[in-house]
Amino acid sequence: MSDKKLDSKVPEGPIQQKWDKHLFDMKLVNPANKRKHTVLVVGTGLAGASAAASLAELGYHVKSFCIQDSPRRAHSIAAQGGINAAKNYPSDGDSVYRLFYDTVKGGDFRAREANVYRLAQISRQIIDQCVAQGVPFAREYGGLLDNRSFGGAQVSRTFYARGQTGQQLLIGAYQALMRQVNLKNVDLYVRREMLDLVVVDGKARGITVRNLITGEIESYAGDAVVLSTGGYGNVYYLSTNAMNSNATAAWRCHRKGAYFANPCYTQIHPTCIPRSGEHQSKLTLMSESLRNDGRVWAPKAKGDKRPPQQIPESERDYYLERVYPSFGNLAPRDVASRQAKFRVDEGHGVGPTGEAVFLDFADAIKRLGKDKVSEKYGNLFEMYEKITGENPYEVPMRIYPAVHYTMGGLWVDYNLQSTIPGLHVLGEANFSDHGANRLGASALMQGLADGYFVIPATLSDYLARNKFDKLDTNHEAFQQSQKEVKGRLDQLLGIRGSIPVGDIHRDLGKIMWNYVGMGRTAAGLKKAIDEIGVLRKKFWEDVKILGTQDYKNMELERAGRVADFLELGELMARDALHREESCGGHFREEYQTPDNEAQRNDDKFAYVAAWESKSSGHGQLNWELHKEDLKFEYVKLAQRSYK
Amino acid sequence: MNLKLKIWRQAGPKAEGHFMEYLARDVSEDMSFLEMLDVVNHDLIKQGKEPVEFDSDCREGICGTCGFVINGNPHGPDIATTVCQLHMRRFKDGDEITIEPFRAKAFPIVRDLTIDRGSFDRIIQSGGYISVNTGNAQDANNLPVPKQDADMAFANAACIGCGACVAACKNASASLFTSAKISHLGLLPQGQPERESRVLNMVAQMDAEGFGSCTNIGACSAACPKEISLESIARMNRDHLRAKIARR
Repeated sequence: MSDKKLDSKVPEGPIQQKWDKHLFDMKLVNPANKRKHTVLVVGTGLAGASAAASLAELGYHVKSFCIQDSPRRAHSIAAQGGINAAKNYPSDGDSVYRLFYDTVKGGDFRAREANVYRLAQISRQIIDQCVAQGVPFAREYGGLLDNRSFGGAQVSRTFYARGQTGQQLLIGAYQALMRQVNLKNVDLYVRREMLDLVVVDGKARGITVRNLITGEIESYAGDAVVLSTGGYGNVYYLSTNAMNSNATAAWRCHRKGAYFANPCYTQIHPTCIPRSGEHQSKLTLMSESLRNDGRVWAPKAKGDKRPPQQIPESERDYYLERVYPSFGNLAPRDVASRQAKFRVDEGHGVGPTGEAVFLDFADAIKRLGKDKVSEKYGNLFEMYEKITGENPYEVPMRIYPAVHYTMGGLWVDYNLQSTIPGLHVLGEANFSDHGANRLGASALMQGLADGYFVIPATLSDYLARNKFDKLDTNHEAFQQSQKEVKGRLDQLLGIRGSIPVGDIHRDLGKIMWNYVGMGRTAAGLKKAIDEIGVLRKKFWEDVKILGTQDYKNMELERAGRVADFLELGELMARDALHREESCGGHFREEYQTPDNEAQRNDDKFAYVAAWESKSSGHGQLNWELHKEDLKFEYVKLAQRSYK
Repeated sequence: MNLKLKIWRQAGPKAEGHFMEYLARDVSEDMSFLEMLDVVNHDLIKQGKEPVEFDSDCREGICGTCGFVINGNPHGPDIATTVCQLHMRRFKDGDEITIEPFRAKAFPIVRDLTIDRGSFDRIIQSGGYISVNTGNAQDANNLPVPKQDADMAFANAACIGCGACVAACKNASASLFTSAKISHLGLLPQGQPERESRVLNMVAQMDAEGFGSCTNIGACSAACPKEISLESIARMNRDHLRAKIARR
């Protein structure tokens, strides 16, 4: 039985009709009343920018916040490969139902069916919307849109703009947002970091932010808060996330009562450029689209240190093609990552650290010619060469898995509302539609589905069904929130210890990668929980942050984020420890099939684990687990096979 | 390798700035330029000195957050490269490196190497979009776009809004940035209805922000990490003239 507090609010009826029926059943706000509602949208990535623009177009008054100096810089911009949509333009057998099915299966049967079906339905509208905005997708010579294939699918349904799809989609949403700013329907607040959620009478009614330039603590009131602040991959220190991507806004909401769901579901992306040394500040992804034409291999002999050109064909192990003949190099991310780890663990790794495998384009260049390969992947090849100094047209790329995306996040119902009424969570920040593993090119789809099409409808329903007392930031709840935020910053600056923030973050990252990474065990997870507790104590006693809070102070910004990662990391380990099965990105070494695939336990764990914070302060942390049972009426639960 | 750095330090927008000298020791050639600065900052913190404030985010050359002038070159010596993609193998032991913020009246300095590029957002607000509300767009393939046009629009849409073009220009002109957006949208059929109003409004906003005029030197394009072509400025000027006449 699902926990009473976790009502998913999935509409009744056949899955194909749920969303359409819901759209009719939801209440509308009278056009004249819309402008009386203020909505606070935090974050300006694909989900946040599209939500802010679309809500403003409807007539609501929107205040949009981001930590960057411009909304156009949100991390969605770095997404490379593409966006899925069940358009079936290539007539290769795609359909809404197939995209739905692939996504639920790809997520290892740990997502809510109704949400995923809606996502697949909306996917088609997204492409239409983006093209109307002028997003320059790749086209064929006839002028029609081009598609390519991605991992976990046997159809070509991925729309792309060279290796810069995220950039082009975000610029589209950003431009829509700028248009609304110009029309004065949106007030834009850049370089503001949300540090607290203000809850009045049980409803989310505002936020407290720090102005990162002046250091001022500011509060804003509204009738609803829409959180679209991304994922928490930077808890691992090294990840493909941007330097400033962080979990603080979501985590502060969690500490205010929003449940955090499935924190242990993290995605380790199989094709990233390996780290080169201790100084490494982040990792760079090489798009999954490269696996369309690149072939992954490792030397058959252990410890083979010859340059790749000198290793003859017969001594190479194209292991993805060997183990998964029907999906080959396009096996899903979790599967491909684990296989790379197996090769490296067994001593077949390559490169200076031995922590890499090859991604080889020699065959593709022979088949398509260098020009065609360059047209498809040119910017990625250049990026690789800049970082490594090696030319991938001549030498195979060296790649290794790295933390990329987090499927877990704040728990939301079908309307994208969290357990705090009025707090809606979109995009990577919610636990959403990807189950235990996200398929490639589905993050952009989900961010834009949430922002352009779901939240404008469901938030209207929330605003229409509730009464809102007039409220301003002189209300005691806002004053209290400001006091708490300032107190916490004072506390951080008052420590004046000896360890720079970055060192503690790096140590946390090592614990997370070693024990809560690609392979997890009960013993390792218990160790992680202990070590994180010790590190958290060390942070609050001995972190060194210079300066004051009255101006731009990047170390202070970082410290607040690392303090929250030190709590979230523990919850991730606790969630991973309690989930005694393997599924998708969560691989418990104790639970695997004889051929090393993830072994689910559907009888015991076919549920969403939503954690309620029961802590005060940052010493001993406590949570209570709530469960939302997952029912599969349309997709047959099965052992995932890509063989 | 060991390097001698001269870095611009400025406490705030109104404070007076000056160069400070620092040593960067044991720099590995695999480091990116920003990772080298991370190490310098780490040492400064250890010594109890406030670190050098600089902006960076994606560190893969796509978000446009980072950027400063290295030895007189915006984003440093390599072509088509942002600072975050610049690697230390480009330098050698004993090099002296001068680092200062992008300088322009329309980019006030926030602190040290951090600047305020809000003027770019306001240029986009003045018309850098296609006015289409969410929902009910026609099927995407109902509007074929010749591949050549789509590719050229894409090349302009690749602008990351970093501001290197402004920093490179002796007039601090934002013509390359503005013309990239005008070209992106003006080359597509969807962008035609607003083509005239867009160019008039965006150019007016660019002037109002205090950016200088274009004198066709081309330093902007040479410094552009995304290699936006100078041709875009010609296209903007052509559109502007045509719109002026049409709207007389």
